[in-house]
Amino acid sequence: MASRAWKHRKMVRLMTANPTPATMTDSSGVELLDVEPLNSAKLRKPLYEKRKKIFPKRASGRFRQFKWLIMAVTLGIYYLTPWVRWDRGEFAPDQAVLLDIANRRFYAFAIEIWPQEFFYVAGMLVMAGIGLFLVTSTVGRAWCGYTCPQTVWVDLFLVVERWLEGDRNARIKLDAAPWSVNKLSKRIAKHAIWLVIAVLTGGAWIFYFADAPVLLRDLVTGQAAMVAYMTVVVLTFTTYVFGGLMREQVCTYMCPWPRIQAAMLDENSLTVTYNDWRGEPRSRHAKKAAAGGIAVGDCVDCNACVAVCPMGIDIRDGQQLECITCALCIDACDGVMDKLGRERGLISYATLADYEANMAVATDPAKKVIDPRRVRDEAGVLNAKLAHFRLAKIFRPRTYIYAGLWALVGVALLVSLFSRDRLEINVLHDRNPQFVRLSDGGIRNGYTIKLLNMIPEPRTVRLSLEGLEGATMSIIGVAEAESRAVTMLIDPDRLKTLKVYVRLAADAVTSETQGFAFVVEDQAGAESASYSATFLAPGATR
Amino acid sequence: MSDEKNVDELSGVQTTGHEWDGIKELDNPMPRWWLLTFYATIIWAIGFTVFYPAWPMINSTTSGILGYSSRSNVRGQLDAAEAARGDYVTAIADKNVEEILADDSLRDFAIASGSAAFKVNCVQCHGSGAEGSAGYPNLNDDDWMWGGSAEQIYATIGHGIRFAGDDDTHLSEMPAYGEILEPGQIREVAAYVYSLSGGKPSDLSLVEPGAQVFADNCAACHGEKAVGNKDLGAPNLTDAIWLYGSGEAAIAQQVRHPRHGVMPAWSERLGDVKVKELAVYVHSLGGGE
Repeated sequence: MASRAWKHRKMVRLMTANPTPATMTDSSGVELLDVEPLNSAKLRKPLYEKRKKIFPKRASGRFRQFKWLIMAVTLGIYYLTPWVRWDRGEFAPDQAVLLDIANRRFYAFAIEIWPQEFFYVAGMLVMAGIGLFLVTSTVGRAWCGYTCPQTVWVDLFLVVERWLEGDRNARIKLDAAPWSVNKLSKRIAKHAIWLVIAVLTGGAWIFYFADAPVLLRDLVTGQAAMVAYMTVVVLTFTTYVFGGLMREQVCTYMCPWPRIQAAMLDENSLTVTYNDWRGEPRSRHAKKAAAGGIAVGDCVDCNACVAVCPMGIDIRDGQQLECITCALCIDACDGVMDKLGRERGLISYATLADYEANMAVATDPAKKVIDPRRVRDEAGVLNAKLAHFRLAKIFRPRTYIYAGLWALVGVALLVSLFSRDRLEINVLHDRNPQFVRLSDGGIRNGYTIKLLNMIPEPRTVRLSLEGLEGATMSIIGVAEAESRAVTMLIDPDRLKTLKVYVRLAADAVTSETQGFAFVVEDQAGAESASYSATFLAPGATR
Repeated sequence: MSDEKNVDELSGVQTTGHEWDGIKELDNPMPRWWLLTFYATIIWAIGFTVFYPAWPMINSTTSGILGYSSRSNVRGQLDAAEAARGDYVTAIADKNVEEILADDSLRDFAIASGSAAFKVNCVQCHGSGAEGSAGYPNLNDDDWMWGGSAEQIYATIGHGIRFAGDDDTHLSEMPAYGEILEPGQIREVAAYVYSLSGGKPSDLSLVEPGAQVFADNCAACHGEKAVGNKDLGAPNLTDAIWLYGSGEAAIAQQVRHPRHGVMPAWSERLGDVKVKELAVYVHSLGGGE
């Protein structure tokens, strides 16, 4: 059996040494080894692990309050923004924030962006990126814990679940219960409300791309574009699946951000920390232990921190990838500490530097274990050597660099925004033919000129030649008569394309290439723009 | 297959019984999602052959109950495009070229459409930039043998030049003066004509007798002042533009054995609307009058 031998060789390579090998010898003197293969059939786990259900308990406290507030603000911004009106006059939409893809115009309150100005959006994304670095380096994964849409919508979905099915224990009971009318009706109601939320979420998104009131009417009457309905369907699906069904799995398995964020934390970043220098050794029988003269930590092992965790983890195991730092365990633990009459902050926002300093204070150097007597004296007062969080600590060179970069990009964008042109001219010289000899021996060049009126008002502008003495121009359909300046009306928020012919008498042609400029000026305002162009003539003209 | 002997010891899964170099293939079942997808595609494929053209027959294929065909699809899209252009096309058919030129949107439409037609039908002779070449006029300049107004350009494109198939075509023929004039006279008249556009003839003494030869033979068509006659297609000889080349030799050659260009009449081939669009486009190239 060749296959057997091959497999055997492979197995041998994978075998591990047993720490205390028992050596046996069989009757024929062959040594029998006590080893267990790494992947023996009985140890092998399936590659797919089924989700373990999590039933987060309702938390209450200051962080929970803060999260409610953030949820209200972020959801409010998301749902209401498209309905804010902003008067731009009769020639532009009156929606404050509008991404008008069809007409390639982007409006944000007083700012209007044309496609070629999209770098403002890129700049804002750069700011968002640096801002995330700044936030993460100071307060850790605050984005994940408070403002990430996944967190906010899961929180919203949990509110619905808790309202219909009760808090943690009731939900566990209901989940374990056999199917009944009661269970079925609760489940149907829950999923129905989730779907309504999901539809509203997807529905709100599309209002950013069209006039909201008109689109709402079209949506309801079935006259909206197919892409609008498809977008609602897709976003309904993702909201329902991510917020209702997948929840913490999105953060743990799908999202790359936790991995990136973890790389941006350092020893001076705030993270949600279980202060085991104060809590350990944990004991459920603190009073009995005290009576027996055994020193124990503050943690009474009530598991409140685990029960409230929306990620289903135990913060006492230390900082971990799954932790989104929502701080609900802080609320839960603070509540317990209040009841026990101890200081809050057994679980708290702390920096790794503080944590390690405190661990050094708490650890018995000889036995290498935490000794509660080093943390508190006989009267129960905390050791004065323990480090406490100070705001100054999180402001460090790294923070200043991030803040400086962020501000630099912001200032650059603002300066650019306030100094940008709203009247532009682009000139394209005809290439075929580059020049035309006229019957009187003069030379004519053709140009395609684009005038950009980037404000939502019609404008009267004057297009003129600067330089190139003796030259005149005519514009197809606008000014047939030869002249050096033409006044014309350009439409609001539009680009006007002109076919311009410039002619120069034979004796005014001084070289093969003569430079000049097209200048466009707003007749009402002071704005103007110019474009350097060349006038080409055949080499043998003289 | 279900033979007990064919069970892999390590995994406990049955093998297919096939062995290659001592490696056996486990007979794990297909994943359920894969199977379901596979069955769904089979059902889909059967439905597809019912609804869409699929089964080959002797001369064609089954047409499918939806009656779909990519050819009629294209036809429908072309019809839709045609319908979208319908208003413009009707307006162009109803109006003359001057009216089209005066209407901003019609003019823009005609220029765009004429430009496309030009690239298909005209560039072979006139060049992709309408810049022409020896014997083929440059349409960008302001020199027109048969007139440069939009109406005249329209007539020229529609009926062609010296085109046998069209009764209204532009007709004119310059006699071959090689058989009428003496070679010396031809040299004289060439020198005279060359001097009209500012050229410096090699022998200035030829100019004066040349003027006499011109007055006797050429002025009838080209005019006393040699500025040409657009009704006859007689070119202006005083300007800087020469269809068959400038210089005494080229002029003498053209006097001896005149070459005459021929342009087809396009109205029958392209239709009146296209010809109007082409006329507007050519007029917009900068030389239109």
